[in-house]
Amino acid sequence: IKNPNGYKQQVPNKPEPPPAPPFPHSSSLLNLQLITREVGLELYEDMALGRSFKDMCAQMYDKGKVFGYVHLYNGQEAVSTGFIKLLKQSDSIVSAYRCHVHALSKGVPARALMSELFGKTTGCCRGQGGSMHMFSKEHNLLGGFAFIGEGIPVATGAAFYSKYRRDVLKEKCDDVALAFFGDGTCNNGQFFECLNMAALWKLPIVFVVQNNLWAMNTSQLRATSDPEIWKKGPAFGMPGIHVDGMDVLKVREVAKEAIGRARRGEGPTLVECEAYLLRGHSVLDPDEPPDRGM
Amino acid sequence: MLGVIRHKALSGGVVSSLANGQSMQRIIPGIGFLSKSFSSGAKEMTVREALNSALDEEMSADPKVFLMGEEVGEYQGAYKISKGLLEKYGPERVLDTPITEAGFTGIGIGAAYYGLRPVVEFMTFNFSMQAIDHIINSAAKSNYMSAGQLSVPMVFRGPNGAAAGVGAQHSQCYASWYASCPGLKVLSPYSSEDARGLLKAAIRDPDPVVFLENELLYGESFPVSAEALDSSFTLPIGKAKIEREGKHVTITAFSKMVGYALKAADILSKEGISAEVINLRSIRPLDRNTINASVRKTNRLVTVEEGFPQHGVGAEICTSVIEESFEYLDAPVERIAGADVPMPYAANLERMAVPQIEDIVRAAKRACYRSVPMAAAA
Repeated sequence: IKNPNGYKQQVPNKPEPPPAPPFPHSSSLLNLQLITREVGLELYEDMALGRSFKDMCAQMYDKGKVFGYVHLYNGQEAVSTGFIKLLKQSDSIVSAYRCHVHALSKGVPARALMSELFGKTTGCCRGQGGSMHMFSKEHNLLGGFAFIGEGIPVATGAAFYSKYRRDVLKEKCDDVALAFFGDGTCNNGQFFECLNMAALWKLPIVFVVQNNLWAMNTSQLRATSDPEIWKKGPAFGMPGIHVDGMDVLKVREVAKEAIGRARRGEGPTLVECEAYLLRGHSVLDPDEPPDRGM
Repeated sequence: MLGVIRHKALSGGVVSSLANGQSMQRIIPGIGFLSKSFSSGAKEMTVREALNSALDEEMSADPKVFLMGEEVGEYQGAYKISKGLLEKYGPERVLDTPITEAGFTGIGIGAAYYGLRPVVEFMTFNFSMQAIDHIINSAAKSNYMSAGQLSVPMVFRGPNGAAAGVGAQHSQCYASWYASCPGLKVLSPYSSEDARGLLKAAIRDPDPVVFLENELLYGESFPVSAEALDSSFTLPIGKAKIEREGKHVTITAFSKMVGYALKAADILSKEGISAEVINLRSIRPLDRNTINASVRKTNRLVTVEEGFPQHGVGAEICTSVIEESFEYLDAPVERIAGADVPMPYAANLERMAVPQIEDIVRAAKRACYRSVPMAAAA
């Protein structure tokens, strides 16, 4: 494939699938999903763009052009593509610091993102935000937050706005909000506060967990009393779904269901996508922590 | 007869009405007071009523304004500030939230990104610490981080500072913490007119505003002018008010301490010291011009605040004056603040931990060299 810079890049090898999870999936899915060639190409292009963008980020970081903190997304592209390609422009997404590929999927031009990382005024935030604070009003990308969990209430607020527009301002609005965050965030208080309020007020939001089994460099199993994150949905009165986050077609099917629920006003959903991160937590972290090898 | 009443108004009437914190009539002295004594009276309003009416009017004028917080709806507000609003505007605009400050403050920010105007109530500002990450990192900084794409037109309001016997975790003043952060505006009203005008301005402001009320002032009654009762009345953010003009020493204060400063000014005037009392109204942006102009006139400064002394509001005012009006100072700046200790519970200890009128009087006298300076007395 040719990436936007014009030089050829080897098609990356399909990563080794993680070992079968020890717990049952809470929803059954068809293994074969029929999609059109056009859709297939769109999904593939988006994932390939995400991968090549992050690889370039890492290269530019090594050259000193990009500095500070950079968090790669290699391996989790199916989650971003699977969900965001189902959204309209007016739907909103919020992420934490690992936000570049979400921005790309939502339509923020790669040039504007890379300029932002370089600290240039042509960046999407004029160089004022940086790697962890990508915002685009035009594409309804509401950040880019450095603290884990920070984005979840903000996304819940965007969903609140959508409902307020319908119910109070009496305007037509079926916009949904998506919050992307990791497994480590699922131990944070704000996560639970928002699961509660989103279910209580039936807000049009999907909570998307990108579970790579590592919270920074600490194994999820050492930090979480019950590592089956999808189970935390029903505890708050919403469906909890577990899906293989490295299969874009499976993710897309689950996403259709969850986003459809939100649009119809049926309330929030918690989706746990297990997807490995092929690189470290950030470019400064080792790709292979000592006891990795689940 | 006119002359007699005028005389009364100018001498006796002035002092007693000033003790209530009433502003000086600037138009025609005497006539203003005349109309007060004859007409059905300037309306009196408690701070609680002022806040309630401001919220009511702003919610009525703009459907995007909504209120959320604990007990604001069915309970009519923990301090009854939002009384009647649920009935009038419904549960979609007056939201009773669970006790989850971090969560609901963040929700307010997400909604504000899209142009809604949340008014988030903290039962006291001590609980804002549970949400301070969102107030600072999401609300204050978003406009900058997004290079102007997103703004956060919301208000965080609630009682701030010491109450009565509520202990260390319910008594802190957060003015200096929030005022040090770029991206926030911080207001602190004293009188009912302040409360109405500043809250309306805060709700209409396109940026996040921290609105620090005071529980002990809610029940206090102040006269309000007809102008202040108008629904379009707002006060400018960033302008202090000279509550009482004076010649010998400037006293700055905000919130409850304004009342104390005015009483201290009365006591000082009997001893021949004419104190100018400035009601800051706006902690950030601080009205440095008004403060400095006053110090250039009086040459002496006493700053008063309830909060902890280190890195407090008084420290910033002192520095501003030294930077801009150093040659005009005839005495070191006197800083009155709360005691450098977590607020005690016992009533007598609490009284000692918060500035009292005698402390302000003593400090003003020190600034006027009427008593031994603190360093020499140590």
